Amino acid sequence: MRQGSWGFRWLAAAAAVAAVGVWDLVQPGGLARLTGGLVTTDLLIRTGLFTVVLVGLNLLMGYAGQASLGQAAFYGMGAFASAIFTVRARVLGIPPAVAEAWWWPWVVMVLAALAVGAFALVVGLAILRLRGHYLAMATLGLGVIVYIVLRENLGMPHLNLTGGFDGIVGVPRLRVGGVELWPVQVYYFVVWAAALASVALGLNVVHSAVGRALRALHGSELAAESVGVDVGSLKAKIFALSAALASVAGSLYAHFQAAVVPDTFGFVPSLELVVMSAVGGMSSIWGAPLGALTVLLLEQLLRTHVLGLVPAVSGELEPVVFGAMLVVIMMYWPGGLVSSRRTQAPVWTSR
Amino acid sequence: MTGDVLLHVDRVTKAFHGLVALSEVSLQVRPGQIKGLIGPNGAGKTTLFNLIACCLAPTEGDVVFSGRSLVGLPPHRAAELGIARTFQNVQVFPGMTVLEHVLVGLHRQAQPGLLGAALQSPGVRRTELRLREQAEALLARVELTSWAEAPVETLPFGLLRRVELARALAVQPRLLLLDEPGSGLNPTEKQGMSQLIRSLRDEGITVFLVEHDMTMVMGLADEVAVLDHGALLCEGPPGEVQRDPRVVAAYLGEGEDA
Repeated sequence: MRQGSWGFRWLAAAAAVAAVGVWDLVQPGGLARLTGGLVTTDLLIRTGLFTVVLVGLNLLMGYAGQASLGQAAFYGMGAFASAIFTVRARVLGIPPAVAEAWWWPWVVMVLAALAVGAFALVVGLAILRLRGHYLAMATLGLGVIVYIVLRENLGMPHLNLTGGFDGIVGVPRLRVGGVELWPVQVYYFVVWAAALASVALGLNVVHSAVGRALRALHGSELAAESVGVDVGSLKAKIFALSAALASVAGSLYAHFQAAVVPDTFGFVPSLELVVMSAVGGMSSIWGAPLGALTVLLLEQLLRTHVLGLVPAVSGELEPVVFGAMLVVIMMYWPGGLVSSRRTQAPVWTSR
Repeated sequence: MTGDVLLHVDRVTKAFHGLVALSEVSLQVRPGQIKGLIGPNGAGKTTLFNLIACCLAPTEGDVVFSGRSLVGLPPHRAAELGIARTFQNVQVFPGMTVLEHVLVGLHRQAQPGLLGAALQSPGVRRTELRLREQAEALLARVELTSWAEAPVETLPFGLLRRVELARALAVQPRLLLLDEPGSGLNPTEKQGMSQLIRSLRDEGITVFLVEHDMTMVMGLADEVAVLDHGALLCEGPPGEVQRDPRVVAAYLGEGEDA
């Protein structure tokens, strides 16, 4: 558990990510051809985006033991913030000199993350007092509310800020100076820089006194409090961190997809995130990229190979498969791909 | 007199939805003493401990520690003021090692900001190494050195009480609340625990303990308070309390409650 023990593994992961990216850049489409169309740049970018979200979600669920069924809401808040403040800049009265500057989307991304984090901190102080399925219900409710607010144009239809059901199209690509970070093979590096940074951040938290306190309150809030851990505030802070990370991922998504619609951030995506977290291993930071990649690959397989065999079913099959996967994992494989628990806790301690 | 009191429970009443668990209980713990709290099951002993540890707030009355009222403070503040505790039902952190339990106890010293931790500033690392040394020293204190790296689930029950004790000591408490420190221990382990508690008192830590084992509590405590049905029955040196007819009656009458 000493510091730096994860450094080597991180560097190896970074090298692998860079190698794949460079290959994809030099030989576009090569990756997809090699894997029979399964692994595309698009899929790897989504993996990176979800990694950023999942690092936060794993800290929250796997370490602090606080369930969130509404994490996609924060992802959506970041995405819509980036879309609104770039595409709808004129409606908001932002001068073109600012709105068209290359640095503006980056500023929006950071400010959105801070705002979403602050929002989660306030909400968290209230709802994190709830435990178990009450907390899950509250986060579920939060997710639904945010989804509806986005869909209903923030309650201000005359401004049409979120675009309602149809969302917002034409979100600009990110730039540095005059250089556009595009095509997709270039954007891969942007997303994975964020993903690797969030993994490093997550590992730092986990291997610190904060990570220890999180695991402690997961085990016994009573005992953690008795030695001076401010349980309520710590839970709210980690909730805020997870929300801010989700927001950054959402912003990166908006500039990647160039269009955002509320449906991307509803309940099913929140469930998808929980499944990814469980598949990868909730109480592991490395579980974040692995869970995201595994689930996205399975989805891709489902779409390209299974759905074609059963022509009667539509996309509605996905939530069914997610739900079934979650049940099976929780029953037979609670540690996920990367299980950090050295031992399985016997029943008597987890009373 | 007030200068000589570390903990003052002042006419405390605690009711849960009309059910009175404690009724106008007053008692004092003086610095440097081992004070015992006994009473039949359901007498309100653990409730009183929870009030002192700020896990509960009294319905009426005041709890004053070192001249300041504890009423209304959140539980983590009690640790900051110098009150540490162990639990009747051992509270451990599953999946964590024995050493990590003590490190959690040193949490306040780590002063971990979430941002500092996330960005892993050099100061954080230095602190971490220092805390590790302190934690190892505390484990040596309770004779758990060889178990330092063991996951807590692998420990026999008798040692879990020591893990809790080491974790509580990490808070550097002035007042240590021990809720049945001998419960679940065999006679040898109980003796070891008694010795340990005495040595802590000799180091200047005031101990307030609930214990069912009369031999253990009468041998340890400088003074014993007896609770029965939420009220203070009597208080005094162990020998006196043992002979008190009200205490004898309360214990003989225990069968009624069971």
